[in-house]
This record gives sequence, C-alpha cells and structure tokens, in this order.
Amino acid sequence: MKRSWNLLILAWLIATAATASALFIGEVMGMTPCVLCWYQRIFMFPLVIVLGIACYSDDRRGAIYGLPMALGGVVVAGYHSLLIAGLVSKTWIPCGSGVSCTEQKLEILNGLQIPWLSLTAFFIVTSLLFVYLKRTSK
Amino acid sequence: MNSKKLTVAVLLGVVVAAFLLGINFYQKRVQNSQMEKVSKAENRMVRFNSATLGPIGAPVTIVEFFDPACETCRDFYPIVKDLMKKYPNDVRLVLRYAPFHAGSDKVVKLLEASKRQGKYWQTLEAILAAQPSWASHGSPNLDVAYQVAAQTGLDVKKALADAQTPEIEAVLKQDVEDLTALEVTKTPTFFVNGRGLPSFGPDQLASLVADEVAKNKK
Repeated sequence: MKRSWNLLILAWLIATAATASALFIGEVMGMTPCVLCWYQRIFMFPLVIVLGIACYSDDRRGAIYGLPMALGGVVVAGYHSLLIAGLVSKTWIPCGSGVSCTEQKLEILNGLQIPWLSLTAFFIVTSLLFVYLKRTSK
Repeated sequence: MNSKKLTVAVLLGVVVAAFLLGINFYQKRVQNSQMEKVSKAENRMVRFNSATLGPIGAPVTIVEFFDPACETCRDFYPIVKDLMKKYPNDVRLVLRYAPFHAGSDKVVKLLEASKRQGKYWQTLEAILAAQPSWASHGSPNLDVAYQVAAQTGLDVKKALADAQTPEIEAVLKQDVEDLTALEVTKTPTFFVNGRGLPSFGPDQLASLVADEVAKNKK
C-alpha cells in the first residue's frame, strides 16, 4: 500500500510545485494571468488541498475528487497549448481586453511556454491518479 | 504522527521555504539589474527642469517617480515632507512623473503648466489632497481635478492652454523615456543618491536617507 501512496504524494507534489510557480509568476514576477491561465489555476489550486488532505489521511477518495479537476486542467491547458502553437484559430480566443493568452513566455527558462508546463503537470497528475485508483481498487 | 503525515508536513515545509527563498532571490536579481541600469544612466535621474524642493546644493537627493493618481504616492507625500523637515539642510526632493494611470498624463501637464504661474507646489498638494474625488482608476474625472486646481488661484484656462505647448509635451516625454530606461515600473519609486530602496516601505526610505545623510556628514 505504501507504494501506491507514493503515487498520490507525487501527484500532490507536482500540483503544489505548479501552484507555487503560478503564484510566483503572478505575484512576485508580476505577470498578470490571462483568462485561460485563470481557468487552469481554478483546476490546479484545489488539487493541492484535496490531494494534500488525501495524502495526509491516506484517503483513497481524495484521488477520486482530484481526478475531474486534473482532467479539466488537461483540457484547458491542452487548448491553451494548441492556441500558442497556432493550431487553433485565434478568433476563438476568449480574452477580450487585458492580457494576451498567446504571449505567455517565461523568460527565465529560455522562453519556455507556461501552458506547456501546465499541460505537462496536469497530464502527469491525471496519469498518477489514474494508476493510483486502479491499483487501490478492490 | 505516522510517517505519511510526517512526509506531507515536511514536503509542505520544503515547498514553502523554496517559495520564500525564490522571492528573495528574484527580488535581489531585479534590484541588481535596476542598479546596473541606474549606474549607466545617472544623467536620467534629474533633468534641469525637474521640480525640486529643498536646498539646491544638498548632498542627498531623493528622486521620486510618482503618479498624481496613485494612492500610495499620495500617502507618501507627507512622509517625504517629514523627511525633508528632519534634514532641512541635507536633503532635496526631485519629483519626476510616471503617468501610469489613465488621465495622469493630462494632470501631469497641468502641473507642469502651473509652474509657469508659480503655483506648482500649491497645485500639486491640492490635487493630491483631492485625489479620491477625481482619480477613479477606471474613469478619472479630470474636470474635478481642474476645479481643485482652480481653487489654489491657478488660472486653469491659461494652464490648460500652456499644457498643450510642445515644451510641456517634451517634459512628459523625457520623463517617460527616463523611467523606462531606469526600469521604473511602479509608483512611487524612490532613488536616494541613485540608490533604490532595498524593499518598498516608508521605513526603508527613511533609513536609506539617514544612511546617505550620515555618509555625507563624515
């Protein structure tokens, strides 16, 4: 059982690192999140709390509650990544005035795009939760 | 506490610590980058026509980039005034403009124009005092600001006409150019003899000024 729990805490760690990074970029570096980033934040931030409590009390149900959020995050981050890659028409962009969703470069990491990082994080969390749930199902 | 609970707690602590260290590291980096820019562009600190208060030959110069519509600038005005009172012979203040808010550029031009009528500081103080009534960030009500300025005895009609002149346009343009070069992104931004605040706050400003005054007393 301890080995399955490792999957859960790894998922939590990834969500926590992603949340801390998002807060760092937004609050410390002062980059205003665009609308799509906000949707991803909405899916990512609660994962820290839900999975944290699940790890702490070793509660399998936490992974069940976390999975829909992680999946939602994959969808939004996937859309955002496609948008940046230029594979989705820009007229779909839901941001009106304010911050551009297509220019989200993180300069300190050699211009790595934040939505790619977000997509990776959501994808790994989803996979980990999925495997965890499979392994612990009776 | 079992080992799982302990793991969660320890990891949480690590993340929080890394976050705080990251803030520290990042802020130092930004400050160093700004200091580098500042040392390369010291001529951008004070322009001959910048508004100045206090003795001209004072050894310590506070340069403040400010926005007339910025609340924090308004709050800092008496703080800076108190510092000047504390060191009447050693400190002078140079005001530069950072018109980041909507409508601020118009107010800045009015202020510059008020110089021609010798009413600069009265107008500035009146406009700052009345800031809450005109400087709503979404939709600034400049007419209210002009009315307030008129109450100081300023000939607003003349001032607004003067504000259109290329000389005053040039002052604003120069300030914006300088603040961009000096990487000023927030108001108020202070430089005391070219040194930026280690972190933002009135105490930090006071101690930096005290430091520079002491340096020049030796």
